[in-house]
Amino acid sequence: MSDTRPFAITLDVGSSLANRTGDWRTERPQYVRRLPPCNHGCPAGEDIQAWLYEAESGGGGYERAWRKLVADNPLPAVMGRVCFHPCETACNRAQLDEAVGINSVERFLGDEAISAGWELPEPHAVTGKRVLVVGSGPSGLSVAYQLALRGHHVTIREQAPKPGGMMRYGIPAYRLPRDVLDAEIERILALGVQLECGERVGDLRAAMREGAYDATFLAVGAHVAKHTEIPGGTASHVLDAIAMLHGLEEGEPPQIGRTVVVYGGGDTALDAARSAKRLGASAPLIIYRRTREQMPAHATELAEAEQEGITFRWLSTIAGVDGGELKIERMELDENGFPQPTGEYERLSADTVVLALGQDADLELLGGLDGIEIVDHTVAVDEQMMTGYPGVFAGGDMVPAERMVAVAIGHGRRAARCIDGWLRDVPARPEPQAELAAFEEINPWYYSDAPRTVRPLLEEIRRQSTFEEVVKGLDEASALYEARRCLSCGNCFSCDNCFGVCPDNAVLKPGGAGAPYAFDLDYCKGCGICVTECPCGAIEMIPEET
Amino acid sequence: MSTPLPFYQTGTFAVGGRLLDEDDRAVQSDPERSNAITKGHRACQGCGEALGARVVLDAALRAADGRLVAANATGCLEVFSTPYPESSWRLPWIHSLFANAPAVATGVAAALRAKGRTDIRVVGQGGDGGTVDIGFACLSGMFERGDDVLYVCYDNQGYMNTGVQRSGATPPAARTATTEPLGGHSGNSFGQGKSAPLIAMAHEIPYVATATVADLRDLEQKVTRAMSFHGPRYIHVLVPCPLGWGSATGETILIARLAKESGLFPVFEAVEGRITSVARIRHKVAVEEYLRRQKRFAHLFAGDGRPDVLARLQTLANRNIERYGLLDDADEPTDIGLLDALATSERGPV
Amino acid sequence: MRKQLEGSQAVAQAVARCRPEVVCAYPITPQTHIVEALSRLALSGELERCEVVNVESEFAAMSVAIGASATGARAYTATASQGLLFMAEVLFNASGLGLPIVMTCANRAVGSPINIWNDHSDSMAMRDCGWIQLYASDNQEAVDLHIQAFRIAEALSTPVMVCMDGFVLTHAFEPLDVPSQEQVDGFLPGYEPRQVLDPDDPMTIGAMVGPEAFTEVRYLAHAKQIEALDFIPQVAEEFRERFGRASGGLLDSYRSEGAETVVVALGSVLGTLAEVVDELRDQGVAVGAVALKAFRPFPLEELRGVLGGAQRVIVLERALAVGIGGIVSSDVRTALAGLSVEAHTVIAGLGGRAITRRSLHALLAQALAGQLPELHFLDLRTDVIERELERTRDGGRPGPHAESILRDLRIVASGPV
Repeated sequence: MSDTRPFAITLDVGSSLANRTGDWRTERPQYVRRLPPCNHGCPAGEDIQAWLYEAESGGGGYERAWRKLVADNPLPAVMGRVCFHPCETACNRAQLDEAVGINSVERFLGDEAISAGWELPEPHAVTGKRVLVVGSGPSGLSVAYQLALRGHHVTIREQAPKPGGMMRYGIPAYRLPRDVLDAEIERILALGVQLECGERVGDLRAAMREGAYDATFLAVGAHVAKHTEIPGGTASHVLDAIAMLHGLEEGEPPQIGRTVVVYGGGDTALDAARSAKRLGASAPLIIYRRTREQMPAHATELAEAEQEGITFRWLSTIAGVDGGELKIERMELDENGFPQPTGEYERLSADTVVLALGQDADLELLGGLDGIEIVDHTVAVDEQMMTGYPGVFAGGDMVPAERMVAVAIGHGRRAARCIDGWLRDVPARPEPQAELAAFEEINPWYYSDAPRTVRPLLEEIRRQSTFEEVVKGLDEASALYEARRCLSCGNCFSCDNCFGVCPDNAVLKPGGAGAPYAFDLDYCKGCGICVTECPCGAIEMIPEET
Repeated sequence: MSTPLPFYQTGTFAVGGRLLDEDDRAVQSDPERSNAITKGHRACQGCGEALGARVVLDAALRAADGRLVAANATGCLEVFSTPYPESSWRLPWIHSLFANAPAVATGVAAALRAKGRTDIRVVGQGGDGGTVDIGFACLSGMFERGDDVLYVCYDNQGYMNTGVQRSGATPPAARTATTEPLGGHSGNSFGQGKSAPLIAMAHEIPYVATATVADLRDLEQKVTRAMSFHGPRYIHVLVPCPLGWGSATGETILIARLAKESGLFPVFEAVEGRITSVARIRHKVAVEEYLRRQKRFAHLFAGDGRPDVLARLQTLANRNIERYGLLDDADEPTDIGLLDALATSERGPV
Repeated sequence: MRKQLEGSQAVAQAVARCRPEVVCAYPITPQTHIVEALSRLALSGELERCEVVNVESEFAAMSVAIGASATGARAYTATASQGLLFMAEVLFNASGLGLPIVMTCANRAVGSPINIWNDHSDSMAMRDCGWIQLYASDNQEAVDLHIQAFRIAEALSTPVMVCMDGFVLTHAFEPLDVPSQEQVDGFLPGYEPRQVLDPDDPMTIGAMVGPEAFTEVRYLAHAKQIEALDFIPQVAEEFRERFGRASGGLLDSYRSEGAETVVVALGSVLGTLAEVVDELRDQGVAVGAVALKAFRPFPLEELRGVLGGAQRVIVLERALAVGIGGIVSSDVRTALAGLSVEAHTVIAGLGGRAITRRSLHALLAQALAGQLPELHFLDLRTDVIERELERTRDGGRPGPHAESILRDLRIVASGPV
């Protein structure tokens, strides 16, 4: 047929493929993986965007998501309850409507894993190296898990009767049910980690020598309550919050009266007050030197405490205790925002005072180890998480850092890389950090309007007297919805937009649906529409090489 | 999971999505899409028309099961796609003249009808010049006779192929090569405008729609819907032109979106001369946000600027917003003048 | 079987027997009777599988024909005068695309001044649009040429315009033979397009061609018409064999053998001219006539063959190339190049003015007397011209000639402005 076609005015279809328009280009697009702000903000070092991506699929995606999650954090069900989720504070979606409820999805995945009995990955081949971990709190468990996966033999020595550290002895059960904690610890131990509870390490040097350990990770936490001099305090019923919470866990509830005053402004103060409420105190009062805004406690816990009837007295200090009465001094903020005494006093009746003024680490075990530097009751470590004594690493609350579970888990994860490198005589390199996926890189148009889900709370009446868990998990539909609210900042999530919007058909799907895209640089003219229209900012333009 | 969730990460705004069922993805997400106009074409970087044409024809091809013939008016689309010896088209395609694409399409349709080829469908297409100006008589004739043709106007608001001159679709205050802001003039004059879609509706043809390249799914759905009717159908697609509008090549879709979100370009569909749906504004923007990104309006912002002209343009947008009910809380549009009253026909989708 | 028929009706029936699949037209006098009749034939079902499209302009008519033809349908339209010029751009396009559309041009003058009567100004204006132009000397030939036109157009894949004088032929009743459907089917095979818009074999029709190939495209169009110089006579010969009468061909010589003076003309004037030739031959005057049947392609060789022996050639033209005179004459002179033949251009019958035997006798007498100028206007009213020229010589603002002349002739009543 074609031989009858007229010359020049009639052409074969698709013959323009001979015209390579790629040479028009002065800039070329390339796919990038930017660092999502959630990942950037996660002290535990989770690849949150990656596990949300898997969770978005639902079904089998949950296990894939959980596996991605536990690659960095072996305690998702715990973290999904107790983490104060700096990831959500950093989340770009907050600038669109509300942050993605990352923490609630994490908990959903963690709970799914427990109920489904998903197991952690098989450890690598045994290396023969022995590591002693002192303390079974979050950093100790995290490092033990990561080292076990790398084939090292890990022994955890724990002074308390049960493992978990502050997760068990500092966080009340209504925030972290113990069956959840036990399940996640059990899963780590199943990897072959040896746990010795009730074993205090008094002399680290001796312990290391006796056990022929090649390295040690110290994670003793900060369990020693700070005290303040309160005139007359010894004569009154004054106890410290950390001892109170510890006692609760040990089955030895503290003796408290009806009118309880908690002194302090951190999360522990709230935990103490809320526990006192459950133990029968009528309306526990928190006294704090500064303002509500300056309180270090996290807003969600503060809100829950208020719901439960905890009361507050801001800008106040306890100047003295006298029998059943407290002498309270009113404070005021100076121009720098620091509280200053005013000399104005009033009296309050209280039969119990609980001090929640912070904790220090017990560093007695370090005696005799040269080179270890102690800074402000904490142990200094270098960027390899190693103390001044070779082979002794440290993390968690005993090193200078923010004291939270996620930080401790992150320490354990980082320390494990470093210890592994040290054991193999190949120092761990810093993990590469991609450019941050700022909100400006996002094209918010493409995201549906979707307010976040709210986790149901236990009825208030049951929060007066029981230690039942207050915050409930999301059901599956809600968790899936929440996962899908993720903007996937800086990381392609296969929305096909670049493939669809290129005026030059220069985006390819070499691997078919769902696989990564590629640019057909033979034809891409470098217009940059794909960059502007990528919802998640996973494409950038770079100058063409000349 | 037993019940499907109504919510997806990117809703219905992105082209596709790994989470969506195949049927819910845009035609453009399909690796097997027709690519009615394929790569190697000579459209400028960031050309909205090249994109629009592919989206429209790929959707039409899918709807027609690949049995489609296109008649194309002279213009950018024709020139950049068929310079001898190379054609970018992958469907049977004919270019005759600037003014006659609707009539050529009619001829194709008449031939197919005479031959009993009910399986093959016909699309006519052209730019705004070929459609609302020089080709308007042929377009109106095609509508009036009821010929079985889907005609698509790719509106880039001017004669871009000849070097950016004013057309009947050029907006007020826009600078073109023949409406320079000289001698106290502020670009193209404020006329009464010429809404080809409304005029199409006045013909009471089965289907009329407007769309932009900013929402490919909406555009595809309209093409698909149009293909479900027989008789004359008209789709008017706003396709920004980086060259003629003086916009960044990467912002073609963004600018089309702002045209819609500002209310300057109402997106709607009409059946039998009656508006049946409008695309609501999601995030309302002032016209200035749309205008500022285009050098053709730069004279409105130079020096002390022309707040008076901006105010008139905003008034145009406001009028559209009110008239078409473009905001979320608006009632369904009713005030389309006499067109509504005229719409009486019983024809429907086939 | 001959029947008393109006020319337009006969042509319409002939076209119908060519089984057109798309007929598209816009009304214009004097072509209307043809498409009206075709509409009736299609609507009544007598003409099957034919779509009649009532378009909004001649521009659209030819455009629809292009779309139809490119889709493999046999397409037909008819027009005249202003309508032909309104489709001018599309005519070039149809030929450029090589689409075998057949069109009747019911020849009519082109305004201004507006005039509905016959001359050849319209088709002559479209001389170079790339179409084959065939001229019918009488209605029987008009009928036959349409049948031949489809054959020629489709064989060569080029459009053909059949020119027949408006009113003189289109509206004349006479006994005519419209070949039967079987006869036409036997002569005209089905349309097999060289290119077709077909999803099963997609192609791009109508590319933009730049300097690198444009000349070649045009040359090929020319070559096709040169090919037609051979093909048109073959078709005419085959037609004669099948239908038993001579119609078409490149030219028809009427008693021009041995003629010293030969009149060359196109269209219906040949009837009158033949009578005059007969009368003069009876008087022993060696005159003859040549009817040009194909104006495009122009039969240079053939014409040279029939005119080469004459001493004098008079080209009788129904159109005027303002500013030079003849249109056909230029081509005839090209045919006569190098021969010592005296050539005259006579402009006649513009805007429907009758070309009478008497006028032709007078013309030939003048020529035989050696008094015919190179360019002559037949029956020109010199008194009117002179008065008008005189008036405008006075300067001032004389106003349009046409209006003044009409006033002068008392055709319009209004006085001077």
